[in-house]
Amino acid sequence: MADYRQMWTSLGMDLENHDKLCEVLPEVYTNVYLSQDNRPEGMDYFNFVVAEIHGVRPAELIEHQKKGGKVFGTFCIFVPDEIIFAAGGIATGLCGGSQFWVPGGEKVLPANTCPLIKASVGARLDKTCPFFRIADIYVGETTCDGKKKAWEILAEDVPVYVMDLPQMKRAKDIAAWEDEIKLFLAKVEETTGNKVTPEALGEKIKLINAKRKALARLHGARKNATLPISGKDVLLATQVSFYDDPTRFIEQTNSLCDEIEGRVAKGEGVFPADTPRIMITGSPMAIPNWKLHHIVETSGAAVVVEEMCTGSRYYENLVDETQTTLDGQIRALAERYMKINCACFSPNTNRITDIIRLAKEYKVDGVLDTNLKFCSLYATESYNVEKALKEAGIPVMHLETDYSEQDAEQLRTRIEAFLEMLR
Amino acid sequence: MIAVGIDAGSTATKAVLIDGDKIKALIRPTGWSPRQAGRDIYAELLNREGYSAKQIDKIVATGYGRIALDLAQQKVTEITCHAKGAAFLLPGADMVIDVGGQDSKVIKIDPKGKVLDFAMNDKCAAGTGRFLQVTAAALGLDVSELPEFSQVEKPVNINNICTVFAESEIIGLLAQGIKKEAIVAGLHLAVAKRVAAMVKRMSSGKQIVFTGGVALNHSVQKYLEQELGTKLYVPKYCQLAGALGAALLGLEV
Ligand code: SF4
Ligand code: SF4
Repeated sequence: MADYRQMWTSLGMDLENHDKLCEVLPEVYTNVYLSQDNRPEGMDYFNFVVAEIHGVRPAELIEHQKKGGKVFGTFCIFVPDEIIFAAGGIATGLCGGSQFWVPGGEKVLPANTCPLIKASVGARLDKTCPFFRIADIYVGETTCDGKKKAWEILAEDVPVYVMDLPQMKRAKDIAAWEDEIKLFLAKVEETTGNKVTPEALGEKIKLINAKRKALARLHGARKNATLPISGKDVLLATQVSFYDDPTRFIEQTNSLCDEIEGRVAKGEGVFPADTPRIMITGSPMAIPNWKLHHIVETSGAAVVVEEMCTGSRYYENLVDETQTTLDGQIRALAERYMKINCACFSPNTNRITDIIRLAKEYKVDGVLDTNLKFCSLYATESYNVEKALKEAGIPVMHLETDYSEQDAEQLRTRIEAFLEMLR
Repeated sequence: MIAVGIDAGSTATKAVLIDGDKIKALIRPTGWSPRQAGRDIYAELLNREGYSAKQIDKIVATGYGRIALDLAQQKVTEITCHAKGAAFLLPGADMVIDVGGQDSKVIKIDPKGKVLDFAMNDKCAAGTGRFLQVTAAALGLDVSELPEFSQVEKPVNINNICTVFAESEIIGLLAQGIKKEAIVAGLHLAVAKRVAAMVKRMSSGKQIVFTGGVALNHSVQKYLEQELGTKLYVPKYCQLAGALGAALLGLEV
């Protein structure tokens, strides 16, 4: 990694602690990623992004701030990035996916909080992640209880704006989300000092749609019998999409897609032909949480689709691009975002419909229904998910885990047994 | 064809050799190195039964130490092996309940012993042999003494699922003058309830094989039968189901 110490110091980071994180990441990355055979060359870009994870992109964000631009840190795929970019701001995902940050979160949060929340709060309070330092403002949402209360704790340390997400999907709820987006737009304008014009918003709607399409294309390459790319690599690209520059990400991902589609045409896969095809569904996997994918793909199976926020929920459904007024555009945004099937909604039967549809589209042999420990939403919903999958004749196993490595061998045994069952 | 199955468990390593209709078995403590335990038990079994290594066509390893068993040609999880072994021990079985020292599992199987579905508790000591070990110690007893202590008394209710809290609950019960017998029976009932809950989540089988170290405890068996409303079949060599299944799988390919 190039030397970014001065940048980190000026961000007020705890360098000593941060060094420890920088020490372990390359080793983990080599083990999990670089050890894979026959990776597409297009993954080089993502290797570079990870190698420089706390350097290149943070430097770009700081550059943007020097020119008077603002950076918005987000935690949930319901927050409409289009608005932020249309006001000349930059949106960057902040969800923490490393055990490294969990103890920091536990200083202020109950131990029985999901690791994603603990890691996110810890990354901020322990000053060990540049993205968490750079963001001018955090955008939270009223999704699960843990997050709602975490915003209050974070707000003591950093400006936090919270969007009120409805928990049902009736017409009045979609209208309520439309209103929330309007309020958010006003907040973004106030923070950036820029007006959002219909032209700018129209352009950014197209941009973010293009990002969704690139992700859909990348994920969709795994619908083929020949798997040209590992699930781990697709997960990584998806995680990177949350904080990379959208235009560059779209370019890089599309060229990766050109390459892997070429592989499909030649029948050149990264797994043997009869490899069992697995879907993972459940709570999100923030970078660098690669745990389950790694276990599955080193146990003789391939992850071919993720029904999760770091997966299909993020890229499916596009925003209507034909609207020309702000009101029309905001309505279109509200309609698209309210199609996301997160377990914080009741009922959430459309998620189950999605899972079964994706299982067919990607010809999966089995589903791993997972949740982060103490994520009661996805843990509880798993009852209905399993029931529906069993009724549809699709093998399913539920797994609960966190970011620590202590249960890795137990998980491996369960996953191997599940795969043996599929044979 | 001659096959050997080795089940490297956390406390005991088991080996089963199948040669036609002859079945030979051995159980030894695992000790600190599953790899060494696997080699030793293999050598001892062959030696005792008069086989040479050249005669063995296939070695299959299972159990938590299977990864370390470098002498095996094939490694299969204990879930698949238990299913296979149980179907052999009780032809027609449709479910296996295995309660071991560290974990418990419930496996639905087809008539050939293939896994149809399974559930596993490996995160928490409740509903495993470990729960009994720890709580027995709080009573000043050894686990092996537990069955005789629970013969007569009506079980007292143990409210805590967590092993650590159950331990302090027991101390409280003793202080109230509750008899040891009633407490022991209560502990057995607590384990049975936990395991039964796991079974019920999957819908109970009709012909159930009960294996693992805890299956040796008749009192737990009785309460589990009560909770499930059905009889359980406890094979004589209930600890060997995994190694037996591994050997059977070795014969298949
Ligand atoms: S799981 Fe729900 S709350 Fe979490 S990021 Fe996804 S949509 Fe947002
Ligand atoms: S994983 Fe679950 S508990 Fe954690 S932030 Fe997301 S919805 Fe909340």
